[in-house]
Amino acid sequence: MTGPDASGWARVPLAIAGAGFRRYSTYRQATVAGAFTNVVFGFMRCYVLLSVAGVAGEAGGYDRAQLATFVWVGQGLLAVVNFWNLLELAERVRSGDVVSDLLRPVDLMTTYVATDVGRAGYAMLTRFVVPVAVGMLAFDLYLPANPVTYLAFAGSVLLAVVICSACRFLVGLTAFWLLDVRGVSMLWVFAAGAGSGLYFPLPLLPDWLETLLWVATPFPALLQAPLDVLVERGPAWPLLAGQAAWLAGSVGLARVVQRRALRRLVIQGG
Amino acid sequence: MASPYWHLLVAQVRSQTQYRLSFAVELVFSTVLTLLDVATVFVLFSVNDSLGGFGGGEVFLMVGISALGFPLADLSVGNVERLRVYVRGGLFDAVLLRPLSALGQLLAMDLSARRAGRVVQGLAIYVLALVVAPVAWSPAAAVFAVLAPLSAAVFFGAIFVGGATVAFWWIESGEFANAFTYGGRDFTSYPMTVFGGLFRRVFAYALGFAFVAYLPALALLGRSDPLGVPDWLRWCSPIVALLAAGLAALFWRTGVRHYRSTGS
Repeated sequence: MTGPDASGWARVPLAIAGAGFRRYSTYRQATVAGAFTNVVFGFMRCYVLLSVAGVAGEAGGYDRAQLATFVWVGQGLLAVVNFWNLLELAERVRSGDVVSDLLRPVDLMTTYVATDVGRAGYAMLTRFVVPVAVGMLAFDLYLPANPVTYLAFAGSVLLAVVICSACRFLVGLTAFWLLDVRGVSMLWVFAAGAGSGLYFPLPLLPDWLETLLWVATPFPALLQAPLDVLVERGPAWPLLAGQAAWLAGSVGLARVVQRRALRRLVIQGG
Repeated sequence: MASPYWHLLVAQVRSQTQYRLSFAVELVFSTVLTLLDVATVFVLFSVNDSLGGFGGGEVFLMVGISALGFPLADLSVGNVERLRVYVRGGLFDAVLLRPLSALGQLLAMDLSARRAGRVVQGLAIYVLALVVAPVAWSPAAAVFAVLAPLSAAVFFGAIFVGGATVAFWWIESGEFANAFTYGGRDFTSYPMTVFGGLFRRVFAYALGFAFVAYLPALALLGRSDPLGVPDWLRWCSPIVALLAAGLAALFWRTGVRHYRSTGS
């Protein structure tokens, strides 16, 4: 790395993201195994949702092609957004290793979020492509005709990745108080699975519950939002605006909690 | 011989209950939150009152068998999926050096006590399903109602062991086994008529997942399989489960013989 210059503020996060990308690109076999699993779940959920659409050919306002796209692209995005795998932070707090993170001249949250964005970039090129390709071969997928939709989708995915990183960073931060975060992680993992649209598109839920999820939880912003942007369910801008609000909320909260956590830090024998 | 395993088990449970608050939170969450998996089926039925030609009560029975069988297997042998951690770290050497069964030790060393809550939850779902579903009760059906979830548990147990054994050849197999364990649980919660093509042939028949919940549920409901599986085969899930367990045991032995330490 060269010394600080005019573009200094972005240099460090970008370098960390690049390192994250390279680090995860070495886990090739795990990538293959994970993509295989996504494909199996893709077939399963796709058949189930198409069966729900049944003879009417429509469920929750999605036609058959939109449902198939929803499932397969959802399986692809699962590894990109990656809400099921928590950051290493909690384990490093428990073991005391977090101290060596804090000795570095880079902010704790910047390190973890940037690494995760790099990981997401690698997942986008591998884990995302495989299920989407298989889905296209096996089913009729909905391909938006408007090129702007693809741009909006890319933006929406990026927002989802950062919101998810910030939220998982928050889950990890609870380790400063709880040490053992398995209970909190489990709450996060199940709520994220059910509330993000992974199991079924959220419009299948009663209206009040769907609205509650959108307004009160970040989960729809992680998967449902980018998928709705892609299958062109209404205009993209309200979805992107909602994600931007959750980005501000989750990053802001993570900043506050990090400050309090570090003030509270007790080094565990490190 | 039971006593060393018992000590390992007790030590595990005690160590896991040390962080009391976190353990209590985990136990409650894992009991309540896994209901969300089951809730998916209800959401789908809120949209369409039949799924693959089956009504809500009938599918609920399939969900019930799977929802009880899976956590039973997960509690007793689910932790075998940590095998790859042992193989990668060379810890499996230590396991082999002790004068106990390698599989038995792995199961006892990593028992996850919080999973017990899900068995209770699964049992509640299954009993409710038996009440709600239009079961054609007879003495044979009553016996089979007990055998079906147990067979499902044995079958899932075989899948867990088989999936973990892959790690002897493929350490970085990561999520590969999940496709068959958690994937199998989801797959068996639906009627096979929902699925199609090669995917159904492979998962339902070649791998035998149709025998876990779908065919036993048909037997209990007194319905023939619309896909043409002979009626007598609907009662064969215990035999298929034992067969799967035998194959998994054979695969495990081959794997252990094949094991070469990483040396680290």
